[in-house]
Amino acid sequence: MSVVPPMDKRPELLSVKQLGKTFNGEVEALRGMNLTVNSGDFVSLLGPSGCGKSTVLRMIAGLMEPTTGRIGWQGEHGSGSIGVVFQEPTLMPWASVEKNVWLPFRLAGQSLKSARPRIREALGLVGLEEFSDSYPRELSGGMKMRVSIARALATNPRVILMDEPFAALDEITRFKLNHDLLELKSKIGCTILFVTHSVFESVFLSDRIAVMTARPGRVLTEITVGEPYPRDDDFRTSSSYAAYCRVTSESLQQSMLEAA
Amino acid sequence: MHSESPGIRNPAPDASSTAQAMDAEEHRRFMRRRLERIGKWCLPLAVLVFTVWFWDRLVVVNEIPHYILPGPSLVWETLAADFWLLLEALKVTLQITLLALAVAVIGGVGLAVLFTQSRLFEMSLFPYAVVLQVTPIISIAPLIFIYVDNKIVGLLICAWIVAFFPILSNTTLGLNSTDHNLRDLFRIYGASRWQRLKHLQIPTALPYFLGGLRIAGGLALIGAVVAEYVAGTGGIGSGLAFTILEAGYRLQIPRMFAALLLIAATGVLIFVSLSLFSHLLLRKWHESALKKE
Ligand SMILES: Nc1ncnc2c1ncn2[C@@H]1O[C@H](COP(=O)(O)OP(=O)(O)O)[C@@H](O)[C@H]1O
Ligand SMILES: [Mg+2]
Repeated sequence: MSVVPPMDKRPELLSVKQLGKTFNGEVEALRGMNLTVNSGDFVSLLGPSGCGKSTVLRMIAGLMEPTTGRIGWQGEHGSGSIGVVFQEPTLMPWASVEKNVWLPFRLAGQSLKSARPRIREALGLVGLEEFSDSYPRELSGGMKMRVSIARALATNPRVILMDEPFAALDEITRFKLNHDLLELKSKIGCTILFVTHSVFESVFLSDRIAVMTARPGRVLTEITVGEPYPRDDDFRTSSSYAAYCRVTSESLQQSMLEAA
Repeated sequence: MHSESPGIRNPAPDASSTAQAMDAEEHRRFMRRRLERIGKWCLPLAVLVFTVWFWDRLVVVNEIPHYILPGPSLVWETLAADFWLLLEALKVTLQITLLALAVAVIGGVGLAVLFTQSRLFEMSLFPYAVVLQVTPIISIAPLIFIYVDNKIVGLLICAWIVAFFPILSNTTLGLNSTDHNLRDLFRIYGASRWQRLKHLQIPTALPYFLGGLRIAGGLALIGAVVAEYVAGTGGIGSGLAFTILEAGYRLQIPRMFAALLLIAATGVLIFVSLSLFSHLLLRKWHESALKKE
Protein backbone atom coordinates (compact mmCIF):
# COMPACT_ATOMS: atom_id res chain seq x y z
CA MET A 1 0.00 0.00 0.00
CA SER A 2 1.35 3.36 -0.91
CA VAL A 3 1.25 6.02 1.72
CA VAL A 4 -0.02 9.45 0.81
CA PRO A 5 1.48 12.16 3.02
CA PRO A 6 -0.86 14.45 4.96
CA MET A 7 -2.46 17.20 2.95
CA ASP A 8 -0.15 20.03 3.99
CA LYS A 9 2.96 18.03 3.09
CA ARG A 10 2.03 17.08 -0.45
CA PRO A 11 4.06 18.61 -3.29
CA GLU A 12 2.21 20.79 -5.76
CA LEU A 13 1.35 19.10 -9.04
CA LEU A 14 -0.89 21.42 -10.96
CA SER A 15 -1.95 25.01 -10.58
CA VAL A 16 -4.72 26.79 -12.39
CA LYS A 17 -4.29 30.57 -12.25
CA GLN A 18 -6.83 33.23 -13.19
CA LEU A 19 -8.27 30.93 -15.81
CA GLY A 20 -10.89 32.35 -18.13
CA LYS A 21 -12.69 30.90 -21.13
CA THR A 22 -15.07 32.61 -23.51
CA PHE A 23 -16.66 30.58 -26.31
CA ASN A 24 -17.05 32.26 -29.70
CA GLY A 25 -16.52 35.64 -28.09
CA GLU A 26 -19.90 35.55 -26.37
CA VAL A 27 -20.46 32.71 -23.90
CA GLU A 28 -18.24 33.36 -20.91
CA ALA A 29 -17.90 29.98 -19.24
CA LEU A 30 -15.12 30.76 -16.75
CA ARG A 31 -13.65 33.90 -15.24
CA GLY A 32 -10.70 34.15 -12.88
CA MET A 33 -10.67 30.54 -11.73
CA ASN A 34 -7.92 29.46 -9.34
CA LEU A 35 -7.20 25.94 -8.17
CA THR A 36 -4.21 24.02 -6.93
CA VAL A 37 -3.95 20.25 -7.01
CA ASN A 38 -1.21 18.57 -5.02
CA SER A 39 0.23 15.15 -5.66
CA GLY A 40 -1.93 12.57 -3.91
CA ASP A 41 -5.00 14.80 -3.54
CA PHE A 42 -8.55 13.82 -4.13
CA VAL A 43 -10.09 17.13 -5.17
CA SER A 44 -13.71 17.54 -6.20
CA LEU A 45 -15.02 20.35 -8.35
CA LEU A 46 -18.58 20.94 -7.24
CA GLY A 47 -20.96 23.28 -8.98
CA PRO A 48 -24.32 23.60 -10.69
CA SER A 49 -24.50 22.22 -14.19
CA GLY A 50 -23.34 24.62 -16.86
CA CYS A 51 -20.89 26.39 -14.55
CA GLY A 52 -17.86 25.35 -16.58
CA LYS A 53 -16.59 22.24 -14.76
CA SER A 54 -16.11 20.21 -17.91
CA THR A 55 -14.51 23.20 -19.57
CA VAL A 56 -11.84 23.38 -16.84
CA LEU A 57 -11.18 19.68 -17.17
CA ARG A 58 -10.88 19.89 -20.95
CA MET A 59 -8.36 22.69 -20.64
CA ILE A 60 -6.36 20.79 -18.06
CA ALA A 61 -6.38 17.77 -20.39
CA GLY A 62 -5.00 19.99 -23.14
CA LEU A 63 -8.05 19.60 -25.37
CA MET A 64 -8.75 23.31 -25.39
CA GLU A 65 -6.78 26.52 -24.95
CA PRO A 66 -7.72 28.95 -22.17
CA THR A 67 -8.77 32.46 -23.24
CA THR A 68 -7.00 34.02 -20.28
CA GLY A 69 -4.87 32.77 -17.42
CA ARG A 70 -2.71 29.69 -17.40
CA ILE A 71 -2.36 26.09 -16.30
CA GLY A 72 0.99 25.16 -14.85
CA TRP A 73 2.41 21.69 -14.27
CA GLN A 74 5.26 20.89 -11.93
CA GLY A 75 7.88 18.61 -13.42
CA GLU A 76 7.80 16.69 -16.66
CA HIS A 77 4.49 16.49 -18.43
CA GLY A 78 3.75 14.40 -21.50
CA SER A 79 1.01 12.50 -23.26
CA GLY A 80 0.92 9.62 -20.76
CA SER A 81 0.58 11.97 -17.80
CA ILE A 82 -3.18 12.26 -17.75
CA GLY A 83 -5.91 9.68 -17.44
CA VAL A 84 -9.49 10.63 -18.20
CA VAL A 85 -12.84 9.13 -17.29
CA PHE A 86 -15.89 10.66 -18.92
CA GLN A 87 -19.52 10.49 -17.89
CA GLU A 88 -20.02 7.73 -20.45
CA PRO A 89 -17.70 4.72 -20.31
CA THR A 90 -16.38 5.66 -23.79
CA LEU A 91 -15.18 2.18 -24.67
CA MET A 92 -14.54 0.96 -28.19
CA PRO A 93 -17.41 -1.49 -28.80
CA TRP A 94 -15.40 -3.47 -31.36
CA ALA A 95 -12.58 -4.25 -28.93
CA SER A 96 -12.47 -6.62 -25.99
CA VAL A 97 -12.00 -5.28 -22.47
CA GLU A 98 -8.30 -6.06 -22.58
CA LYS A 99 -7.82 -4.29 -25.89
CA ASN A 100 -9.73 -1.29 -24.61
CA VAL A 101 -7.36 -0.96 -21.68
CA TRP A 102 -4.49 -1.51 -24.10
CA LEU A 103 -5.42 1.67 -26.01
CA PRO A 104 -3.10 4.18 -24.27
CA PHE A 105 -0.18 1.75 -24.54
CA ARG A 106 -1.00 0.94 -28.14
CA LEU A 107 -1.05 4.60 -29.09
CA ALA A 108 2.34 4.94 -27.42
CA GLY A 109 3.62 2.15 -29.65
CA GLN A 110 3.59 -0.67 -27.11
CA SER A 111 2.59 -4.19 -28.14
CA LEU A 112 -0.23 -6.02 -26.41
CA LYS A 113 2.21 -8.58 -25.12
CA SER A 114 4.50 -6.11 -23.44
CA ALA A 115 1.61 -4.09 -22.02
CA ARG A 116 -0.27 -7.13 -20.76
CA PRO A 117 1.13 -7.16 -17.19
CA ARG A 118 0.07 -3.53 -16.74
CA ILE A 119 -3.35 -4.22 -18.25
CA ARG A 120 -3.84 -7.22 -15.98
CA GLU A 121 -2.86 -5.20 -12.97
CA ALA A 122 -5.22 -2.36 -13.84
CA LEU A 123 -8.11 -4.76 -14.44
CA GLY A 124 -7.28 -6.46 -11.15
CA LEU A 125 -7.53 -3.14 -9.34
CA VAL A 126 -11.08 -2.63 -10.57
CA GLY A 127 -11.97 -6.29 -9.99
CA LEU A 128 -12.44 -7.31 -13.61
CA GLU A 129 -9.48 -9.57 -14.36
CA GLU A 130 -11.81 -12.39 -15.44
CA PHE A 131 -13.47 -10.22 -18.04
CA SER A 132 -10.50 -9.35 -20.23
CA ASP A 133 -11.93 -11.20 -23.21
CA SER A 134 -15.47 -9.90 -22.86
CA TYR A 135 -16.87 -7.24 -25.13
CA PRO A 136 -18.26 -4.01 -23.68
CA ARG A 137 -21.82 -4.91 -24.65
CA GLU A 138 -21.64 -7.95 -22.38
CA LEU A 139 -20.96 -5.79 -19.33
CA SER A 140 -23.29 -3.82 -17.09
CA GLY A 141 -23.07 -0.03 -16.87
CA GLY A 142 -21.07 -0.19 -13.66
CA MET A 143 -18.63 -2.72 -15.10
CA LYS A 144 -18.09 -0.62 -18.21
CA MET A 145 -17.27 2.31 -15.97
CA ARG A 146 -14.74 0.14 -14.15
CA VAL A 147 -13.06 -0.71 -17.43
CA SER A 148 -12.93 2.98 -18.22
CA ILE A 149 -11.29 3.62 -14.85
CA ALA A 150 -8.82 0.78 -15.42
CA ARG A 151 -7.85 2.30 -18.76
CA ALA A 152 -7.34 5.70 -17.13
CA LEU A 153 -5.08 4.43 -14.37
CA ALA A 154 -3.20 1.75 -16.33
CA THR A 155 -0.55 4.16 -17.59
CA ASN A 156 0.09 5.32 -14.04
CA PRO A 157 -0.79 8.94 -14.87
CA ARG A 158 0.13 11.91 -12.71
CA VAL A 159 -3.51 12.85 -12.39
CA ILE A 160 -6.79 11.19 -13.27
CA LEU A 161 -9.49 13.57 -14.45
CA MET A 162 -13.03 12.34 -13.89
CA ASP A 163 -16.01 14.18 -15.31
CA GLU A 164 -19.16 13.10 -13.45
CA PRO A 165 -18.22 9.48 -14.04
CA PHE A 166 -21.01 7.98 -11.95
CA ALA A 167 -23.78 10.43 -12.72
CA ALA A 168 -25.52 8.08 -15.14
CA LEU A 169 -25.46 5.05 -12.81
CA ASP A 170 -28.09 3.92 -10.36
CA GLU A 171 -27.54 4.83 -6.73
CA ILE A 172 -26.58 1.37 -5.52
CA THR A 173 -23.94 0.98 -8.21
CA ARG A 174 -22.76 4.52 -7.58
CA PHE A 175 -22.23 3.88 -3.86
CA LYS A 176 -20.32 0.72 -4.64
CA LEU A 177 -18.13 2.46 -7.17
CA ASN A 178 -17.52 5.39 -4.79
CA HIS A 179 -16.36 2.92 -2.21
CA ASP A 180 -14.17 0.98 -4.62
CA LEU A 181 -12.66 4.15 -6.02
CA LEU A 182 -11.48 5.18 -2.57
CA GLU A 183 -10.07 1.74 -1.93
CA LEU A 184 -8.24 1.83 -5.24
CA LYS A 185 -6.89 5.29 -4.53
CA SER A 186 -5.51 4.25 -1.18
CA LYS A 187 -3.82 1.29 -2.86
CA ILE A 188 -2.02 3.17 -5.60
CA GLY A 189 -1.98 6.67 -4.16
CA CYS A 190 -3.02 8.37 -7.38
CA THR A 191 -4.12 11.98 -7.71
CA ILE A 192 -7.72 12.53 -8.70
CA LEU A 193 -9.57 15.62 -9.87
CA PHE A 194 -13.22 14.72 -9.76
CA VAL A 195 -16.10 16.70 -11.20
CA THR A 196 -19.53 16.22 -9.70
CA HIS A 197 -22.75 18.07 -9.03
CA SER A 198 -23.59 15.87 -6.06
CA VAL A 199 -22.85 17.28 -2.61
CA PHE A 200 -23.00 13.81 -1.05
CA GLU A 201 -20.61 12.29 -3.50
CA SER A 202 -18.08 15.10 -3.15
CA VAL A 203 -18.11 14.87 0.66
CA PHE A 204 -17.78 11.11 0.70
CA LEU A 205 -14.90 10.99 -1.75
CA SER A 206 -12.69 14.04 -1.50
CA ASP A 207 -10.27 15.50 0.91
CA ARG A 208 -10.86 18.89 -0.65
CA ILE A 209 -13.98 20.28 -2.32
CA ALA A 210 -13.71 23.32 -4.57
CA VAL A 211 -17.15 24.89 -4.78
CA MET A 212 -17.75 26.81 -8.00
CA THR A 213 -20.06 29.71 -8.74
CA ALA A 214 -22.62 29.62 -11.55
CA ARG A 215 -21.45 30.78 -14.98
CA PRO A 216 -19.01 32.43 -15.44
CA GLY A 217 -17.54 29.90 -13.06
CA ARG A 218 -14.72 30.24 -10.59
CA VAL A 219 -13.85 28.61 -7.29
CA LEU A 220 -15.53 30.55 -4.50
CA THR A 221 -14.73 28.41 -1.46
CA GLU A 222 -12.70 25.35 -0.68
CA ILE A 223 -13.85 22.91 1.96
CA THR A 224 -11.43 20.49 3.51
CA VAL A 225 -12.98 17.20 4.55
CA GLY A 226 -10.82 16.16 7.47
CA GLU A 227 -12.17 12.63 7.76
CA PRO A 228 -9.25 10.19 7.37
CA TYR A 229 -9.24 7.44 4.75
CA PRO A 230 -10.24 4.66 4.46
CA ARG A 231 -13.83 5.80 4.59
CA ASP A 232 -16.63 3.26 4.53
CA ASP A 233 -20.37 3.06 4.91
CA ASP A 234 -20.12 4.03 8.56
CA PHE A 235 -18.90 7.42 7.41
CA ARG A 236 -21.98 7.78 5.22
CA THR A 237 -24.25 7.45 8.20
CA SER A 238 -22.09 9.38 10.67
CA SER A 239 -22.97 12.78 12.07
CA SER A 240 -19.72 14.29 10.82
CA TYR A 241 -20.71 13.28 7.27
CA ALA A 242 -24.02 15.03 7.75
CA ALA A 243 -22.25 18.10 9.07
CA TYR A 244 -19.86 18.23 6.10
CA CYS A 245 -22.78 17.84 3.74
CA ARG A 246 -24.58 20.75 5.40
CA VAL A 247 -21.55 23.01 5.20
CA THR A 248 -20.94 22.08 1.58
CA SER A 249 -24.57 22.54 0.69
CA GLU A 250 -24.69 25.98 2.27
CA SER A 251 -21.52 26.93 0.52
CA LEU A 252 -22.97 25.81 -2.80
CA GLN A 253 -26.07 27.91 -2.20
CA GLN A 254 -23.88 30.85 -1.29
CA SER A 255 -21.85 30.45 -4.47
CA MET A 256 -24.96 30.51 -6.60
CA LEU A 257 -26.10 33.75 -4.99
CA GLU A 258 -22.67 35.14 -5.66
CA ALA A 259 -23.04 34.84 -9.40
CA ALA A 260 -26.58 36.18 -9.59
CA MET B 1 -33.01 -5.60 11.73
CA HIS B 2 -34.71 -2.32 10.99
CA SER B 3 -37.98 -3.33 12.61
CA GLU B 4 -37.68 -0.60 15.21
CA SER B 5 -36.81 2.11 12.67
CA PRO B 6 -39.64 4.47 11.84
CA GLY B 7 -41.41 3.98 8.56
CA ILE B 8 -39.96 0.59 7.67
CA ARG B 9 -42.22 -2.37 7.10
CA ASN B 10 -41.58 -5.69 5.42
CA PRO B 11 -44.66 -6.73 3.47
CA ALA B 12 -44.97 -10.47 2.87
CA PRO B 13 -44.85 -11.11 -0.88
CA ASP B 14 -47.81 -12.81 -2.53
CA ALA B 15 -45.62 -15.12 -4.56
CA SER B 16 -47.96 -17.73 -6.05
CA SER B 17 -50.33 -15.51 -8.03
CA THR B 18 -47.60 -13.44 -9.65
CA ALA B 19 -45.69 -16.56 -10.62
CA GLN B 20 -48.76 -17.99 -12.36
CA ALA B 21 -49.37 -14.77 -14.24
CA MET B 22 -45.77 -14.79 -15.37
CA ASP B 23 -46.08 -18.36 -16.63
CA ALA B 24 -49.12 -17.69 -18.80
CA GLU B 25 -47.53 -14.54 -20.19
CA GLU B 26 -44.26 -16.39 -20.82
CA HIS B 27 -46.06 -19.19 -22.61
CA ARG B 28 -47.93 -16.81 -24.87
CA ARG B 29 -44.73 -15.05 -25.79
CA PHE B 30 -43.01 -18.37 -26.52
CA MET B 31 -45.83 -19.45 -28.82
CA ARG B 32 -45.77 -16.16 -30.66
CA ARG B 33 -42.02 -16.46 -31.21
CA ARG B 34 -42.36 -19.97 -32.56
CA LEU B 35 -45.16 -18.96 -34.88
CA GLU B 36 -43.07 -16.11 -36.18
CA ARG B 37 -40.12 -18.38 -36.82
CA ILE B 38 -42.21 -20.85 -38.78
CA GLY B 39 -44.03 -18.08 -40.64
CA LYS B 40 -40.80 -16.47 -41.74
CA TRP B 41 -40.00 -19.48 -43.90
CA CYS B 42 -43.39 -20.99 -44.64
CA LEU B 43 -45.31 -17.94 -45.79
CA PRO B 44 -42.96 -16.90 -48.61
CA LEU B 45 -42.76 -20.54 -49.66
CA ALA B 46 -46.54 -20.80 -49.76
CA VAL B 47 -46.73 -17.65 -51.87
CA LEU B 48 -44.17 -19.15 -54.27
CA VAL B 49 -46.03 -22.43 -54.59
CA PHE B 50 -49.31 -20.66 -55.16
CA THR B 51 -47.84 -18.30 -57.77
CA VAL B 52 -46.26 -21.13 -59.74
CA TRP B 53 -49.48 -23.11 -59.59
CA PHE B 54 -51.54 -20.10 -60.68
CA TRP B 55 -49.10 -19.36 -63.52
CA ASP B 56 -49.33 -22.97 -64.69
CA ARG B 57 -53.15 -22.98 -64.56
CA LEU B 58 -53.29 -19.67 -66.41
CA VAL B 59 -51.21 -21.05 -69.24
CA VAL B 60 -52.95 -24.42 -69.44
CA VAL B 61 -56.55 -23.29 -69.08
CA ASN B 62 -56.25 -20.38 -71.52
CA GLU B 63 -54.09 -22.42 -73.88
CA ILE B 64 -51.58 -19.58 -74.11
CA PRO B 65 -48.94 -20.41 -76.74
CA HIS B 66 -45.43 -20.83 -75.38
CA TYR B 67 -44.02 -17.99 -77.50
CA ILE B 68 -46.24 -15.60 -75.55
CA LEU B 69 -46.12 -17.03 -72.06
CA PRO B 70 -44.37 -20.32 -71.37
CA GLY B 71 -45.57 -22.37 -68.42
CA PRO B 72 -43.32 -22.91 -65.41
CA SER B 73 -42.50 -26.46 -66.41
CA LEU B 74 -41.33 -25.34 -69.84
CA VAL B 75 -39.13 -22.64 -68.31
CA TRP B 76 -37.65 -25.25 -66.03
CA GLU B 77 -37.00 -27.61 -68.94
CA THR B 78 -35.35 -24.81 -70.92
CA LEU B 79 -33.20 -23.97 -67.96
CA ALA B 80 -32.02 -27.58 -67.87
CA ALA B 81 -31.61 -27.93 -71.64
CA ASP B 82 -29.75 -24.62 -72.14
CA PHE B 83 -27.86 -25.00 -68.90
CA TRP B 84 -24.36 -24.84 -70.35
CA LEU B 85 -25.11 -21.97 -72.63
CA LEU B 86 -26.74 -20.03 -69.80
CA LEU B 87 -23.94 -20.88 -67.43
CA GLU B 88 -21.39 -19.38 -69.80
CA ALA B 89 -23.43 -16.19 -69.96
CA LEU B 90 -23.88 -16.16 -66.22
CA LYS B 91 -20.13 -16.47 -65.78
CA VAL B 92 -19.55 -13.37 -67.88
CA THR B 93 -22.17 -11.30 -66.05
CA LEU B 94 -20.98 -12.47 -62.67
CA GLN B 95 -17.38 -11.73 -63.53
CA ILE B 96 -18.17 -8.17 -64.53
CA THR B 97 -20.37 -7.66 -61.48
CA LEU B 98 -17.79 -8.90 -59.00
CA LEU B 99 -14.91 -7.09 -60.66
CA ALA B 100 -16.90 -3.86 -60.70
CA LEU B 101 -17.81 -4.37 -57.05
CA ALA B 102 -14.16 -4.90 -56.15
CA VAL B 103 -13.09 -1.75 -57.98
CA ALA B 104 -16.01 0.11 -56.39
CA VAL B 105 -14.82 -0.97 -52.95
CA ILE B 106 -11.26 0.15 -53.62
CA GLY B 107 -12.35 3.40 -55.24
CA GLY B 108 -15.15 4.16 -52.79
CA VAL B 109 -13.16 3.44 -49.65
CA GLY B 110 -10.05 5.12 -51.02
CA LEU B 111 -11.94 8.28 -51.90
CA ALA B 112 -13.76 8.26 -48.55
CA VAL B 113 -10.45 8.08 -46.68
CA LEU B 114 -9.06 10.91 -48.80
CA PHE B 115 -12.19 12.94 -48.11
CA THR B 116 -11.84 12.63 -44.36
CA GLN B 117 -8.15 13.42 -44.47
CA SER B 118 -8.57 16.55 -46.54
CA ARG B 119 -11.59 18.78 -46.44
CA LEU B 120 -10.33 20.54 -49.57
CA PHE B 121 -10.35 17.30 -51.47
CA GLU B 122 -13.88 16.54 -50.39
CA MET B 123 -15.14 19.99 -51.30
CA SER B 124 -13.68 19.76 -54.78
CA LEU B 125 -14.69 16.18 -55.65
CA PHE B 126 -17.86 15.30 -53.78
CA PRO B 127 -20.22 17.24 -56.11
CA TYR B 128 -18.94 15.24 -59.07
CA ALA B 129 -19.48 11.98 -57.27
CA VAL B 130 -23.08 13.05 -56.78
CA VAL B 131 -23.44 14.08 -60.42
CA LEU B 132 -22.12 10.70 -61.49
CA GLN B 133 -24.59 9.03 -59.18
CA VAL B 134 -27.73 10.93 -60.19
CA THR B 135 -27.16 10.69 -63.94
CA PRO B 136 -28.93 7.51 -65.12
CA ILE B 137 -26.40 4.94 -66.23
CA ILE B 138 -28.51 4.10 -69.26
CA SER B 139 -27.81 7.58 -70.61
CA ILE B 140 -24.07 7.50 -69.93
CA ALA B 141 -23.45 3.99 -71.21
CA PRO B 142 -23.75 4.70 -74.97
CA LEU B 143 -21.10 7.39 -74.64
CA ILE B 144 -18.79 5.08 -72.77
CA PHE B 145 -19.08 2.46 -75.50
CA ILE B 146 -18.14 5.05 -78.10
CA TYR B 147 -14.88 5.91 -76.39
CA VAL B 148 -13.94 2.57 -74.88
CA ASP B 149 -13.12 -0.07 -77.45
CA ASN B 150 -12.93 -3.06 -75.17
CA LYS B 151 -16.46 -4.18 -74.40
CA ILE B 152 -15.58 -5.80 -71.10
CA VAL B 153 -13.84 -2.65 -69.90
CA GLY B 154 -16.86 -0.58 -70.94
CA LEU B 155 -19.22 -2.84 -69.01
CA LEU B 156 -16.93 -2.68 -66.04
CA ILE B 157 -16.91 1.10 -66.04
CA CYS B 158 -20.70 1.24 -66.18
CA ALA B 159 -21.15 -1.23 -63.35
CA TRP B 160 -18.55 0.63 -61.33
CA ILE B 161 -20.24 4.02 -61.75
CA VAL B 162 -23.47 2.61 -60.34
CA ALA B 163 -21.89 0.64 -57.53
CA PHE B 164 -19.32 2.95 -56.09
CA PHE B 165 -21.46 5.78 -54.75
CA PRO B 166 -23.20 3.94 -51.88
CA ILE B 167 -19.80 2.71 -50.74
CA LEU B 168 -18.29 6.18 -50.93
CA SER B 169 -21.11 7.96 -49.16
CA ASN B 170 -21.63 5.32 -46.47
CA THR B 171 -17.93 5.00 -45.72
CA THR B 172 -17.52 8.78 -45.55
CA LEU B 173 -20.43 8.98 -43.14
CA GLY B 174 -18.92 6.19 -41.04
CA LEU B 175 -15.45 7.72 -40.91
CA ASN B 176 -17.03 10.94 -39.65
CA SER B 177 -19.24 9.25 -37.06
CA THR B 178 -16.63 8.60 -34.39
CA ASP B 179 -17.61 9.09 -30.76
CA HIS B 180 -16.48 12.55 -29.69
CA ASN B 181 -15.25 11.38 -26.30
CA LEU B 182 -13.16 8.69 -27.94
CA ARG B 183 -11.79 11.32 -30.26
CA ASP B 184 -10.78 13.41 -27.24
CA LEU B 185 -9.21 10.38 -25.64
CA PHE B 186 -7.11 9.73 -28.73
CA ARG B 187 -5.96 13.34 -28.63
CA ILE B 188 -5.07 13.15 -24.96
CA TYR B 189 -2.94 10.09 -25.61
CA GLY B 190 -1.21 11.88 -28.47
CA ALA B 191 -2.48 9.66 -31.30
CA SER B 192 -1.20 10.44 -34.77
CA ARG B 193 -3.55 10.99 -37.72
CA TRP B 194 -2.77 7.53 -38.98
CA GLN B 195 -3.42 5.93 -35.59
CA ARG B 196 -6.73 7.73 -35.33
CA LEU B 197 -7.71 6.52 -38.77
CA LYS B 198 -6.66 2.95 -38.13
CA HIS B 199 -7.83 2.42 -34.57
CA LEU B 200 -10.83 4.70 -34.39
CA GLN B 201 -12.26 5.82 -37.72
CA ILE B 202 -11.98 2.61 -39.69
CA PRO B 203 -13.55 0.38 -37.01
CA THR B 204 -16.33 2.94 -36.55
CA ALA B 205 -16.93 3.05 -40.30
CA LEU B 206 -17.00 -0.73 -40.77
CA PRO B 207 -20.76 -1.26 -40.22
CA TYR B 208 -21.55 1.74 -42.44
CA PHE B 209 -19.25 0.42 -45.15
CA LEU B 210 -20.82 -3.03 -45.00
CA GLY B 211 -24.28 -1.48 -45.34
CA GLY B 212 -23.06 0.34 -48.44
CA LEU B 213 -21.47 -2.84 -49.77
CA ARG B 214 -24.76 -4.72 -49.62
CA ILE B 215 -26.47 -2.04 -51.67
CA ALA B 216 -23.53 -1.81 -54.06
CA GLY B 217 -23.59 -5.58 -54.71
CA GLY B 218 -27.10 -5.39 -56.13
CA LEU B 219 -26.35 -2.19 -58.01
CA ALA B 220 -23.24 -3.64 -59.63
CA LEU B 221 -25.36 -6.43 -61.09
CA ILE B 222 -27.94 -3.93 -62.34
CA GLY B 223 -25.16 -1.79 -63.82
CA ALA B 224 -23.62 -4.78 -65.59
CA VAL B 225 -26.95 -5.92 -67.02
CA VAL B 226 -28.06 -2.47 -68.14
CA ALA B 227 -24.72 -1.74 -69.76
CA GLU B 228 -24.89 -5.00 -71.64
CA TYR B 229 -28.28 -4.10 -73.04
CA VAL B 230 -26.76 -0.88 -74.32
CA ALA B 231 -23.60 -2.51 -75.64
CA GLY B 232 -25.78 -5.01 -77.44
CA THR B 233 -23.16 -6.76 -79.57
CA GLY B 234 -23.07 -10.51 -79.37
CA GLY B 235 -20.40 -13.07 -80.02
CA ILE B 236 -18.01 -14.62 -77.58
CA GLY B 237 -18.16 -13.39 -74.03
CA SER B 238 -21.77 -12.23 -73.89
CA GLY B 239 -23.57 -12.17 -70.57
CA LEU B 240 -27.10 -12.94 -69.46
CA ALA B 241 -28.54 -9.64 -70.63
CA PHE B 242 -27.44 -10.28 -74.17
CA THR B 243 -28.84 -13.79 -73.97
CA ILE B 244 -32.21 -12.27 -73.10
CA LEU B 245 -32.01 -9.80 -75.98
CA GLU B 246 -31.00 -12.45 -78.46
CA ALA B 247 -33.66 -14.89 -77.31
CA GLY B 248 -36.19 -12.10 -77.68
CA TYR B 249 -35.25 -11.51 -81.30
CA ARG B 250 -35.69 -15.21 -81.97
CA LEU B 251 -38.93 -15.44 -80.02
CA GLN B 252 -37.41 -18.01 -77.68
CA ILE B 253 -39.51 -16.74 -74.82
CA PRO B 254 -38.81 -19.71 -72.48
CA ARG B 255 -35.10 -18.97 -72.69
CA MET B 256 -35.76 -15.34 -71.83
CA PHE B 257 -37.55 -16.49 -68.69
CA ALA B 258 -34.79 -18.91 -67.82
CA ALA B 259 -32.14 -16.21 -68.14
CA LEU B 260 -34.27 -13.79 -66.13
CA LEU B 261 -34.60 -16.39 -63.42
CA LEU B 262 -30.83 -16.75 -63.32
CA ILE B 263 -30.29 -13.00 -63.02
CA ALA B 264 -32.74 -12.78 -60.15
CA ALA B 265 -31.12 -15.77 -58.44
CA THR B 266 -27.69 -14.18 -58.87
CA GLY B 267 -28.93 -10.94 -57.30
CA VAL B 268 -30.32 -12.82 -54.33
CA LEU B 269 -27.13 -14.83 -53.99
CA ILE B 270 -24.99 -11.68 -53.99
CA PHE B 271 -27.19 -10.05 -51.38
CA VAL B 272 -27.23 -13.12 -49.14
CA SER B 273 -23.47 -13.64 -49.31
CA LEU B 274 -22.74 -10.01 -48.55
CA SER B 275 -25.19 -10.09 -45.64
CA LEU B 276 -23.50 -13.17 -44.31
CA PHE B 277 -20.09 -11.60 -44.73
CA SER B 278 -21.28 -8.52 -42.88
CA HIS B 279 -22.77 -10.62 -40.10
CA LEU B 280 -19.53 -12.57 -39.65
CA LEU B 281 -17.51 -9.37 -39.33
CA LEU B 282 -19.87 -7.66 -36.91
CA ARG B 283 -21.35 -10.46 -34.88
CA LYS B 284 -19.09 -9.93 -31.90
CA TRP B 285 -19.97 -6.34 -31.19
CA HIS B 286 -22.40 -4.53 -33.45
CA GLU B 287 -26.05 -4.06 -32.53
CA SER B 288 -27.24 -5.06 -35.99
CA ALA B 289 -25.61 -8.48 -35.72
CA LEU B 290 -26.62 -9.33 -32.17
CA LYS B 291 -29.25 -11.97 -31.57
CA LYS B 292 -32.38 -10.52 -30.08
CA GLU B 293 -32.99 -11.93 -26.65
N1 LIG C 1 -17.70 24.10 -27.26
C1 LIG C 1 -18.52 25.02 -26.70
N2 LIG C 1 -19.00 26.04 -27.43
C2 LIG C 1 -19.82 26.96 -26.88
N3 LIG C 1 -20.23 26.94 -25.61
C3 LIG C 1 -19.79 25.96 -24.82
C4 LIG C 1 -18.91 24.92 -25.33
N4 LIG C 1 -18.64 24.06 -24.32
C5 LIG C 1 -19.31 24.53 -23.25
N5 LIG C 1 -19.99 25.64 -23.54
C6 LIG C 1 -20.80 26.44 -22.60
O1 LIG C 1 -20.00 26.74 -21.48
C7 LIG C 1 -20.73 26.58 -20.28
C8 LIG C 1 -20.05 25.61 -19.36
O2 LIG C 1 -20.12 24.33 -19.90
P1 LIG C 1 -19.56 23.03 -19.18
O3 LIG C 1 -18.14 23.23 -18.87
O4 LIG C 1 -19.88 21.85 -20.02
O5 LIG C 1 -20.43 23.00 -17.84
P2 LIG C 1 -20.54 21.86 -16.74
O6 LIG C 1 -19.62 20.76 -17.10
O7 LIG C 1 -20.20 22.53 -15.45
O8 LIG C 1 -21.97 21.43 -16.73
C9 LIG C 1 -22.13 26.15 -20.67
O9 LIG C 1 -22.98 27.27 -20.64
C10 LIG C 1 -21.97 25.65 -22.08
O10 LIG C 1 -23.13 25.90 -22.81
MG1 LIG D 1 -20.08 18.75 -17.66
